[in-house]
Amino acid sequence: MLTEMVLFFLVMVAGTAGELCMARAMRTVGEVTDFRPRSLIAVALRALRVSWTWVGLGLMTLAFFALLAVLAIENVSFVVPVTALSYLVGALGGSLFLHERVTGRRWAGVLLVCAGVTLVLLGKRPG
Amino acid sequence: MKPSPLHFKTYILILLIVIFGPMGNLLLGKGMKSLGAMAGWTPAELARFVTFVLTSQFVWLGIGSLIVFFVAYALVLSWADYSFVQPASAFAYGTAAVLGHFVLGEMVSPVQWAGIMVICLGVLIVTRTPPRTTETI
Repeated sequence: MLTEMVLFFLVMVAGTAGELCMARAMRTVGEVTDFRPRSLIAVALRALRVSWTWVGLGLMTLAFFALLAVLAIENVSFVVPVTALSYLVGALGGSLFLHERVTGRRWAGVLLVCAGVTLVLLGKRPG
Repeated sequence: MKPSPLHFKTYILILLIVIFGPMGNLLLGKGMKSLGAMAGWTPAELARFVTFVLTSQFVWLGIGSLIVFFVAYALVLSWADYSFVQPASAFAYGTAAVLGHFVLGEMVSPVQWAGIMVICLGVLIVTRTPPRTTETI
């Protein structure tokens, strides 16, 4: 049970934390205003020089392997709470780590998205 | 709230995310399903797998779609809040269901449709907040 809990935590937190680090890296790179291919390649090279990019990629890799491990010992229904809760963790991380202003209205939207994603994933279950 | 150029480019990229993410998954799934399960890890079986992947147009289209998805996701995060983009991108569940229903003929249950409606409502509320609430870090 402890192993499952640790893996659950890793998939949910490491996955979202990885995306948050990528978001931080992209904010460090700065707002992209030129969308021509040459400029986009320059943006990608700049992003690779930001350490948050590598932290993000590392955490997302960790979450991916934790998901593989948990799917080997649990059934797919595990995906439901992890996917739904990742939206709450994402909003919390955006507020605490990226200092975004998550207003009551945005929280309300996030909670509805969590509920909707739960319904979509539960609706996929056979029977 | 008056729409601005920031709103415009944010919505365009979120549109790309919610279209190309599910489309990439669908194309990759379609390509890999036509390969079938691998019979083992022998060199001959691995060679068959690699040859199939390199010559399957569905796989290539799927990879291309996922690259568009990833680039759009990274670009929009260069100016928009993560707490805005992440829930707004959940609209992809709706796209996936519509693609699954109309392209693959998959059954979408009433519970799933209800979920998609709730997601749409959530996304509508999130997109009524400013896409960016911070300055560049």
